[in-house]
Amino acid sequence: MFGKLTWDAIPFNQPIPLITSLVIMLAVAALAIWVWRKGWWPYLWNEYITSTDHKRIGVMYIVLALLMLVRGFADAIMMRAQQSLAIGASQGYLPPEHYNQIFSAHGTIMIFFVAMPFVIGFMNFVVPLQLGVRDVAFPTMNNVSFWLSASGALLVNLSLFIGEFARTGWLGFPPLSEKAFSPGVGVDYYLVSLQISGVGTVLTAVNFVTTILKTRAPGMSYLRMPVFCWTALASNLIMLAAFPVLTVVLGELMLDRYLGFHFFTNDGGGNSMLYMNLIWVWGHPEVYILVLPAFGIYSEVAATFSGKPLFGYRSMVFATMAICIISYCVWLHHFFTMGAGADINAVFGIASMIIGIPTGVKIYNWLFTMYGGRVRFNVPMYYLIGFMLTFVIGGLTGVLLAIPPVDFIVHNSLFLVAHFHQVIIGGVVFALMAGYTYWFPKAFGFTLDERLGKAVFWCWFIGFHLAFMPLYVLGFWGATRRMQHIPDPTWKPYLDVAFVGAVIIGLGIVLTVVQLLYSIKTRDQRRDVTGDPWDGRTLEWLTLSPPPHYNFAVLPDVHGEEAYWTRKQTAIKEDRLIDEPNYQPIEMPLNTPTGVIVAFFAAVCGFAVIWYIWWLAILGLIGAFAVFVWYAWRDEHEHIIPVEEVRENARERRRIRMEHLHELSRST
Amino acid sequence: MQRDAIVASLALAVAGCNRGILDPVGPVASAEKQILINSTAIMLAIIIPTMLATVAFAWWFRRGNTKATYRPDWEYSGAVEMVVWAIPALTIMLLGGIAWIGSHDLEPSKPLKSNVPPLNVEVVSLDWKWLFIYPDQGIATVNELVVPAGTPVSFRLTSATVWNAFFVPQMGTMIYTMPRMTTRLNLQADKPGVFDGLSSHFSGDGFPGMQFKVQSLPPDQFAMWAQGARGQGAVLDGRGYAELSKPSSYVKPITYGSVAPGLYDAIVANGAPQLHAPQAAPPPSKNSAVPAGG
Repeated sequence: MFGKLTWDAIPFNQPIPLITSLVIMLAVAALAIWVWRKGWWPYLWNEYITSTDHKRIGVMYIVLALLMLVRGFADAIMMRAQQSLAIGASQGYLPPEHYNQIFSAHGTIMIFFVAMPFVIGFMNFVVPLQLGVRDVAFPTMNNVSFWLSASGALLVNLSLFIGEFARTGWLGFPPLSEKAFSPGVGVDYYLVSLQISGVGTVLTAVNFVTTILKTRAPGMSYLRMPVFCWTALASNLIMLAAFPVLTVVLGELMLDRYLGFHFFTNDGGGNSMLYMNLIWVWGHPEVYILVLPAFGIYSEVAATFSGKPLFGYRSMVFATMAICIISYCVWLHHFFTMGAGADINAVFGIASMIIGIPTGVKIYNWLFTMYGGRVRFNVPMYYLIGFMLTFVIGGLTGVLLAIPPVDFIVHNSLFLVAHFHQVIIGGVVFALMAGYTYWFPKAFGFTLDERLGKAVFWCWFIGFHLAFMPLYVLGFWGATRRMQHIPDPTWKPYLDVAFVGAVIIGLGIVLTVVQLLYSIKTRDQRRDVTGDPWDGRTLEWLTLSPPPHYNFAVLPDVHGEEAYWTRKQTAIKEDRLIDEPNYQPIEMPLNTPTGVIVAFFAAVCGFAVIWYIWWLAILGLIGAFAVFVWYAWRDEHEHIIPVEEVRENARERRRIRMEHLHELSRST
Repeated sequence: MQRDAIVASLALAVAGCNRGILDPVGPVASAEKQILINSTAIMLAIIIPTMLATVAFAWWFRRGNTKATYRPDWEYSGAVEMVVWAIPALTIMLLGGIAWIGSHDLEPSKPLKSNVPPLNVEVVSLDWKWLFIYPDQGIATVNELVVPAGTPVSFRLTSATVWNAFFVPQMGTMIYTMPRMTTRLNLQADKPGVFDGLSSHFSGDGFPGMQFKVQSLPPDQFAMWAQGARGQGAVLDGRGYAELSKPSSYVKPITYGSVAPGLYDAIVANGAPQLHAPQAAPPPSKNSAVPAGG
């Protein structure tokens, strides 16, 4: 009846996961009751859960990412504590079967359920606004994508309480992840949750490629798109090509595990090298899926806070697209030590280094964006400069790893761990924190506290360096990754410093929460009435903060590269706005519970597959399909916003803008 | 008991004085360290000025600085563009050359140049220990690799279960051991000494216990050791191998005085006898999973 699911699946004898999951469940229940007592459920249901508004979906993605960041960080600090304690005669406080789950969950969660939703959240929120349009190409599908990602995240976290998570690392290499060596449900949790969220990611890619290619404001030619949109396009093109590979390779491993196939087994003609190749054909482009939008955020920040257009816009676009293409030609550098031969290693090593060229150009272009500018040191600018200083070192160690004979001695070491954290934290996380500060007022109508924001920055910056610089040294000394026990007591001081670094990063995460709560509390003093708090240059700053559901009363006419900046300067010079357009009623997509219900059935189906409860799996599939059919036969697609409402809002907006322009012209 | 622990950790602290890849003991490791240092120096020559310029530009062009010239429309300069493309491109061309030459010179399967004939060693990674077979001497060891100093060692490597990577940081190049496949590696220790070795590819619950020692002996002492080991101690036949391949971790060194001929090829050909699973369900308790100290 319940497949492999028995009471043994609950970790009654393991206090850490048991207490953690009880606390989480209590917190979730308390939160739900609090929201219910406040009477906010209808609002949440109508305005967020069932929303097809790209801005709301973007916010939900980022909330998901921040929640999962806490989970992923909890794993990180447990690992650091274990490595500080389990040295020499001591085995630490985590036995291998627990420690191995933790590092596997840390990697899986941080990449798939923190970095990805964070990046996708920004693309959701920003891209349609920057393109000057009202929504993404497929608004309902967008909602479905989000809820499928959330289902995946739910299943990964469920493994804490019911069963176990994979003990095979975040990429689940076979044959270790095959049934013969990992008979438990851990790898199945890993596979099923990534398959479900992977579908969401592919749908997102379809959505955004279509949106960027087909729905731009009048006059917004490709070479007038803000760089963030270009990086979003590149990132989504990579997603569209790479994620199906992940789906296939994980699918093959599922066939091995569930149906006794022999894709990657030791016997029956299986070949585990194939998995290594396929997973990295996805895995390396994945790095660029994350880092390209991060580069886009830095480009927006650099231009805005330097008070100058981005230097070398066309170079930036070319560099972005070059990285987009070359990112497919380098996957083999993840396993130079497989013994593929000198020619193959050298070709892939050089291809990997070539990515350093457009990336280097980007660094210089941000540098020359500041040159001749008037640099304002707001929080996003701190992150930009912190990134430029950190990322070049990450680039250096990355190029070292791309040289096969160097990789032969630092592959899989803590040097490698330090390298990819340097590019992911210094590159991606800094950008996400910059973007969070930069676009927060656009989303909620008030700015975040600057002082606390800077404190958060310093925590990340100092914490990161303390946590990872020692790992470079340990890598040189021959320390490999994923060690539940440390063989050499002389490493301890370095591991202790790394632990302190992790604690400081943790403080940064706590301060992020404090900053949010404090900013909400003092929101009346920090209202963004103008819609343009940073003296921005792109179209999202043209509309109100927060923007109306339909973003723009009339789609803006774009002249030149910096659509909003040009418009703003003309208006200041002529001391008038453009003539009032002829307002029209606006058609907007209706809200729909399709996404959340489909995702619910997908999660049920996934859970059933993990535990071999086949009747429930079939029920889940039928449920998801039935909802889809029900949605396909809907009668009403859109609702109409009457012209009076549009006109009234737009006139109010024009009045505010005029006042704002007067203020600007007085100050210059 | 406690005194043992203290002595052990002191011994480890002394052994810990070797500093991994920064303290190479053979031609492969030395060449790799040299490439590491050269490449780092080349890149630092570009990166340090860039970092300084980042701070300098940001500071000089701060909004409050009235001495800085504000050029709100300066967004393109052909000359600057050419330089910013040229600097990384030239750097990468240089490093690309290093990578190409280095990959070919230090290809793991390439025999080392030497007047001394190489020692053949067959390496098998098991759950979770290392088996070293000396086919020409007819002996085998576990978790202790004994090699003659100044003599190239030619390795053939495989795994009896899941992937691992064979790595002796001070000797250089690591390489995967993969079931039903053979990888090749050539290393040499120039001088006598004791070096740390490990698995550098995660392989399951006993993975951190896969540390081993490499003993490099003067050639005559090596010959004496091999001679002395032969015929002594345990026998690695089918039954001995079945016993050895049961999962265990932190295993103390074992020497086998005789080895069933063709054992290595049999392991490669038949794959691992699937006797066991590194992650047996239900999860074993802490003590039974990793019998510390072997």
